[in-house]
Amino acid sequence: MEAGARAERQLGGGLPSWALALIPLALIAAAVALFALLGGPGLGERTGPPLEDLSVERTVLRPGVIELTLRNDGPDPVEVAQVAVNDAYAPFAAEGGREIGHLGSTTLRIDYPWVEGEALEIFALTSAGGTVEASVPVAAETPEDDLGFFGLMALLGIYVGVIPVSLGMLWLPFLRRLGPAWMGSLIAFTVGLLAFLAIDAGLEGLEMAGEAPAAFGGTSLVFLGGLVAYLALAGVDSYLTQRSQRQESAGAGAFYLALLIAVGIGLHNLGEGLAIGSAYAGGALALGAFLVVGFAIHNTTEGLAIVAPLREGARPGFGRLLGLGLLAGAPAVIGAWIGAAAFDPSLGAFLFGLGVGAIARVIVQISPAMRDADGRLLYPSSVIGMLAGIAALYLTGLLVTV
Amino acid sequence: MPQNPDQGISRRRLLGGAALAAPAVAGLALTRGGDSAVAETAGRAHRNGHAGHAEFPHATFAAGRSVDHAANGFHPTEVLRDFDYGRTRRLGSGRVLRDWEIVAHDREIEVAPGVSYEAWTYNGRVPGPTLRAREGELLRIRFVNASEHPHTMHFHGIHSALMDGMPGIGGNRGGGQIEPGESFTYEFDATPFGLHLYHCHVAPLAAHIARGLYGAFIIDPKQGRPEADELVMVMNGFDTNFDLANEVYAVNTVGFHYVEEPIEVARAEPVRIYLVNVLEYDPVNSFHIHGNFFHYFPTGTSLAPSEFTDTVIQGQAQRGILELEFPYDGDYMFHAHVSEFAELGWSGFFRVGDPSRLTAAAAASMYCDLPWGGGRPA
Repeated sequence: MEAGARAERQLGGGLPSWALALIPLALIAAAVALFALLGGPGLGERTGPPLEDLSVERTVLRPGVIELTLRNDGPDPVEVAQVAVNDAYAPFAAEGGREIGHLGSTTLRIDYPWVEGEALEIFALTSAGGTVEASVPVAAETPEDDLGFFGLMALLGIYVGVIPVSLGMLWLPFLRRLGPAWMGSLIAFTVGLLAFLAIDAGLEGLEMAGEAPAAFGGTSLVFLGGLVAYLALAGVDSYLTQRSQRQESAGAGAFYLALLIAVGIGLHNLGEGLAIGSAYAGGALALGAFLVVGFAIHNTTEGLAIVAPLREGARPGFGRLLGLGLLAGAPAVIGAWIGAAAFDPSLGAFLFGLGVGAIARVIVQISPAMRDADGRLLYPSSVIGMLAGIAALYLTGLLVTV
Repeated sequence: MPQNPDQGISRRRLLGGAALAAPAVAGLALTRGGDSAVAETAGRAHRNGHAGHAEFPHATFAAGRSVDHAANGFHPTEVLRDFDYGRTRRLGSGRVLRDWEIVAHDREIEVAPGVSYEAWTYNGRVPGPTLRAREGELLRIRFVNASEHPHTMHFHGIHSALMDGMPGIGGNRGGGQIEPGESFTYEFDATPFGLHLYHCHVAPLAAHIARGLYGAFIIDPKQGRPEADELVMVMNGFDTNFDLANEVYAVNTVGFHYVEEPIEVARAEPVRIYLVNVLEYDPVNSFHIHGNFFHYFPTGTSLAPSEFTDTVIQGQAQRGILELEFPYDGDYMFHAHVSEFAELGWSGFFRVGDPSRLTAAAAASMYCDLPWGGGRPA
């Protein structure tokens, strides 16, 4: 022990602590440089053919032209030699060059007289003879990314996000008429609703991650996003709790819960908007009026969830309520813009992960409010409330799949 | 054509499953590569017809790049008229002995601009050399295997089981499977006359053939055939990603080669095409010519044509001789009338005479010069 302590003192020497922190880093850098300089001694020659792994990031259809954005997900450079559409080779130009380095991307502009409404099967043939395939089940021209398009996306976000959430919040006066016995059930309803949204966002995120290059993390991005959002909200929560202990006021607790729910739902709607925007930009989504109405009904329940904690306590001002509605609904607009202009499956997976983490944190936060007199979380009316919340989203969800 | 059964299934799953899985638009809108389950746009199909005005006269490879024939070691234009007669000497009996030496090599070849393929070759080229003999001769083919894999040469013709190039027959006294570094001499009579083929017969058979181990084998009738500009066309394909379906289709290996470099033939001169189908993984192949008809001699074993037509279908290893003349100047397309193959590389052009002489008036005045008197078979 004594010898060890002495050694530590000797090692510490007269060096400042920042130097002690830097020495291991410098040694690692030197070792890496030496290893690279000697060509990886002992590892031998690499065996096997080069690994080709391309993923299709974006498909854009313009009159007579198909634009395909490819990303190289594998360790080796890949050269796109030829491209065929519906089993016919077609001339093309590669904007980022035909050779794509590790994690690089290129956009192929393929001349092909595609026909609206038909399915397109595209394959790119690499210099090593491998193929990467993309398919468009129903060909339709991709909308231009002009101002009008962004306006449309904003309108869409408002239709499916801001308006329905705000309308749902109009149940507040009704909720305030309900007796205190309803409180637990209402919070349980909200919890069920949020649980459904978390599962939904998680599945969406995983599906999107399946399209994303594995090199950027793939499915782990969903979980990382979840963790980041959960920890960030927990951190913000503990900070705010410290402050509010100093300036306690009636109704602040209830409004705080509503705020949390709005943040969670907002992050979920960010992912939802992203999905709408990218699908629309890809020409994949037909925005029928019925579909928009379905969304509106579906998302109205989210508004109900936000105002559930406000049943008791001081009546919140109109401005604050509007703020809650915007917080929960407006991210759909931002998501739609991002999705339409710069869709990236990795980003999408991460954003969906954020939604999951945020909702999980909100559930943890509001669950205590549904405890009954005996302190139980699960009792008949809370269970019924949760099931009702899940059922409400499931049933209204059917409307948007038609 | 790359086949991806999973993709179809997953799309159906998404179409059907969306109703259950998606409470939000995200669920139905986002699938692989921007796919969508929303089929509403299908109702608008064909409203605009072809969406676009880009020039697209026929399928083709990307511009600005050609196959490096020198690196390949063979040129499809030269393969057309390249007949390998071997060496001959007269035996004591007065009979002609004809012999060849064929060496199998593994070799990377470019089958489409920029697309390389690890081929297995006879004498370094795909298709292998067109071996040409005369009916009744004694043929001797010394086969040397310089490849890293076992191979044989299996000839279509009439011969002993021992000379069949089929491993495992007759206790392998016929050479059996020729291992890397080994050699064997096949010997048999040149019979029957006609157009045949040879290929490797080592298992797995489809893989050994698809890799490029095949060639045309012509036995001329004793009396010969009339003078003509003779061309060999071996219809083949390449499964570059080894998914048991071809990505590139061609005549004499390089996709769209005769589009880039049309086959030059003289007007009003007899042309004879030796057409062999060795395509793997697809059940049929075909040959169609524009603006013309030909006499067809299936397997070339009869001197009388069976048909006067502009399209023939061949299954794998089927072959036949086509005889025709081009009455007009101009560029005449030929291609598989399995149109999918045509657009994946199996297309080409004949350039007849001087295309600049092609005018409507000249075309009309030439009509009476048709060799068969305006469409009647000879």
